[in-house]
Amino acid sequence: MTQSRNSDIFCRTVALAALSVSTLASPALADVVTYVSGAPAKDIQVLKDIVKPWEEATGHTLEFTAMPASTTDSFGQYRLWLAAGNSDIDIYETDVIWAPQLADHFVDLSDAAADVAGTHFPSIIESQTVDGKLVALPLFTDAPALYYRKDLLEKHGAEVPATWEQLTATAQQIQTAERAAGHEDLWGFVWQGNAYEGLTCDGLEWVKSFGGGQIVEPDGTISVNNPHAVAALELAKTWIGTISPEGVLAYQEEDSRGVWQTGNAVFMRNWPYAYSLGDSDDSAVKGKFGVVPLPSGGSSDSSAATLGGWNLAVSKYSKNTEAAVSLALFLTSPEAQKRRALELSRLPTIVSLYDDADIDAQQPIIPKWKDIFLQAVPRPSAPTKSKYNEVSAKFWSAVHDTLSGNGSAAENLELLEIELEEIKGNGW
Amino acid sequence: MIAKEQQRPLASRETARGKVFDFRRQKLRTARVFLAPMILVLLCVAAWPLARTIYFSFTNTSLNDLYGGQWVGFDNYLNWRTLSSGRVIYRGTLVDPDWWNAVWNTFRFAIISVGFETVLGLMIALVLNAEFRGRGLVRAAILVPWAIPTIVSARLWGWMLHDQFGIINDMLLKLGLISEKIAWTASPDTAMIAVLIVDIWKTTPFMALLCLAGLQMIPRDIYEAARVDGVHPIKVFFYITLPLIRPALMVAVIFRLLDAMRIFDLIYVLTPNSTQTKTMSVIARENLIDFDKFAYGSAQSTLLFVIISLSVLLYIWLGRVDLTGERDR
Amino acid sequence: MMQPHTARKVLKTTLFYALVAVIVVVAIFPFYYAIITSFKTGTDLFRISYWPEQLDLSNYRNVLESSTFPRNLLNSVYVSSLTVLLSLVLAVTAAYALSRIRFRGRGLLLLTILGVSMFPQIAILAGLFELVRATGLYNTPYALVLSYLIFTLPFTVWVLTAFMRDLPVEIEEAAIMDGLKPWQTVVYVFLPLMWPATVTTGLLAFIGAWNEFLFALTFTSSASSRTVPVAIALFSGSTEFETPWGLIMAASVLVTVPLVALVLIFQRKIVAGLTAGGVKG
Repeated sequence: MTQSRNSDIFCRTVALAALSVSTLASPALADVVTYVSGAPAKDIQVLKDIVKPWEEATGHTLEFTAMPASTTDSFGQYRLWLAAGNSDIDIYETDVIWAPQLADHFVDLSDAAADVAGTHFPSIIESQTVDGKLVALPLFTDAPALYYRKDLLEKHGAEVPATWEQLTATAQQIQTAERAAGHEDLWGFVWQGNAYEGLTCDGLEWVKSFGGGQIVEPDGTISVNNPHAVAALELAKTWIGTISPEGVLAYQEEDSRGVWQTGNAVFMRNWPYAYSLGDSDDSAVKGKFGVVPLPSGGSSDSSAATLGGWNLAVSKYSKNTEAAVSLALFLTSPEAQKRRALELSRLPTIVSLYDDADIDAQQPIIPKWKDIFLQAVPRPSAPTKSKYNEVSAKFWSAVHDTLSGNGSAAENLELLEIELEEIKGNGW
Repeated sequence: MIAKEQQRPLASRETARGKVFDFRRQKLRTARVFLAPMILVLLCVAAWPLARTIYFSFTNTSLNDLYGGQWVGFDNYLNWRTLSSGRVIYRGTLVDPDWWNAVWNTFRFAIISVGFETVLGLMIALVLNAEFRGRGLVRAAILVPWAIPTIVSARLWGWMLHDQFGIINDMLLKLGLISEKIAWTASPDTAMIAVLIVDIWKTTPFMALLCLAGLQMIPRDIYEAARVDGVHPIKVFFYITLPLIRPALMVAVIFRLLDAMRIFDLIYVLTPNSTQTKTMSVIARENLIDFDKFAYGSAQSTLLFVIISLSVLLYIWLGRVDLTGERDR
Repeated sequence: MMQPHTARKVLKTTLFYALVAVIVVVAIFPFYYAIITSFKTGTDLFRISYWPEQLDLSNYRNVLESSTFPRNLLNSVYVSSLTVLLSLVLAVTAAYALSRIRFRGRGLLLLTILGVSMFPQIAILAGLFELVRATGLYNTPYALVLSYLIFTLPFTVWVLTAFMRDLPVEIEEAAIMDGLKPWQTVVYVFLPLMWPATVTTGLLAFIGAWNEFLFALTFTSSASSRTVPVAIALFSGSTEFETPWGLIMAASVLVTVPLVALVLIFQRKIVAGLTAGGVKG
């Protein structure tokens, strides 16, 4: 370690001399920590601001590498870079579902974070722990909610739905009435039905809130083929072409937000980001909508929201491990999370921040989200480990097939069970 | 060349033969010198990555550990196990229905898109070959689709084909061609059509430009002669133009075919997970990167390579593409 | 007698121009739509319009003020030009050998060259990445030039070979009679005759390199070394699911305009053709 660091410094000195940039005064042990992330521009601005005290205190500097916002795109890149032992990147910003798949390439943070791990929500820390190794530190969390049009519900004397069945009826009622009144483009409910990771989230929420389990249970049993899950998918199938446009089968988050924000939907399932955008000045639904936890269904009375969120992992191939770990700790600290909450309305992962007075005053939506977040359900990435993506793809295909009328829910789930058994083999 | 040499007087025949020999040797040396840099560069760039992929396909390498793979022979392609009941279970890419679905999609896509592109491209090239005012601007205009980066144009089209706020549906509705909004990329019936529309729009300029270059290299006097003789324009096209630009056209088609059979980004952006449009490259990527099946994906890539080679060879054979240019000498 | 003739001529001309109009409209409509979209912001993006309703240049301003976009544009120009230059130099000489000199294994060599571009890009990514790192080219423009040669070189070699083969034997004989060396033959005799083909091939290869995304994303890691398609893909909305359509469209318009200009500049060469060469048929 010292050997390589010394030679590194040597190289650097030589390089500096050769380039005769001698006027640049840099501290003796100053490292450049490279941080890679597909985060939006605003997050990056805030990040560069947040990191300043750390840079001043340690003398290290942060260098930022941007990646595409699409999580599948950046996941592919990260995998390739890590596989080839790329030492140019020190810190990776990782999706909540990546930890088990990339665990081998990251440094164990359990010792470094021993003091602070307890302050985060245990479920999130758990999702980032693989075989006792803390793979990544939580940066912020995310959970979807049901957006509803207050004005339309009031106008038609409808309650905010608590169950999926109520939602179906209310959406149908309002849609029919409004269309008759000339609002022809109005739809009852928009969500994400494209065959992609987002449908796994939506589908998991329906199944879980119907009491149908979470596809693969934490102990590794495949639970998806059950009557509750069948009922959930059958209900969702009735939405296509009635309260949801047929095109919802190609929708991702932005498509549903487009329909919603132009005032053409009564309900929407979406992540917190749509809140501030829907409340912007040019939005057709500004001030006309509210958010509640997603409904429950069937005989179950608990709702479910898929757990999202991002974390920081330190690469095993990093040449500046120490500095990188210190930066990761700094960026996930309560101060940093609070600033992110205030400036970006990112949901903190530290429990105590939900009672913070400043956050409550400036970002009232965050405490509101605590209820939603408490019902968050993780995708089965932990039990399925490196096979998660395949499991997820099989699940969303089964759901997508069912929704587009390609086989019944019961058939598709039975088939899915067989396929998952096959992927599982002798164990995940 | 040789014919000329032979016409020389007998006395110099001996030396002439030596000269011809020398000349040939010199030409071969020129060939070697001229080809060496290109071959060297290609070897440097391509040999290692290609060999690696083929090697990976015979191992159980995982993307988590690129160097820890073990040799497993043809297992990724085909392997079988006999159960205790005596039933034999086959596995591997060669018996994977998803793979064969992708192969079928790829062929369907490649044949239809390249077919349309060739006809349309040739047509546009003929139009652009005529002399009219504003030709330069038109030529620049038709190149625009090819010039927009695929990742952008795919998303732009995805936007235009959107069922609710897409302009295509709006236009068709206003023209009365459809009665309700079509979910182009979502519906299994139209997903492939959507991909084809975008691809044909995007790559026809490529074809048109290469055809145009071919047309431009035909000496004008041939047309003059045909006009003087009063040959019908359609006859001119089939008996003069087409045979003359055939070599260029054939090469253009080969490269379009190669690209079409490897199509990836357009589908990845437009309809990433529709079983109707999943092609070989898309499914290979899924296994290579997304799923923990790197070796399996490498096997699919290698198969893709084999399938493309066979198709191109078939095309060259069926289309009587003159590889060496010796046929008509 | 004269009347119907002119009428037919007028009809023919009208039909011809109508055809030209259809071609142009289909080709540039999406681009036009991109331009309209680039003037929009916020919720307006989700509303359909056929004509530009306002001239809001804020998206363009944002793109150009984004610290690295001009730099990315320069990178793209540099990488694509270098790739095309290198491919053309290598391909013109190789094409001469492949088309004008008879030797054994010529067909096989052509097929092998073609074979290089038969692997899906994604499959050779891992091996290529190792190569790029081993040569120390990671995060430099040369990593991209190197990897782009994989697809530009086979293409340029094949197309130029096809075109060069069609040139009459006589011109070469004349060159040899004049005592020109092979490279002189190529440079002074073949190149001038090959302008339409060379320029077209170069242009198509240029656009291919200009638009490449996957290699560019994988082999560069700093904002200042990235090329335009990657830079566009990296534009992000203010939140992760939001797609900044306005910005993306503005950037696309900005990167397409230089290419259109390039075509306009080079088009004289594209149509120069054999008419100027003074070759006897």
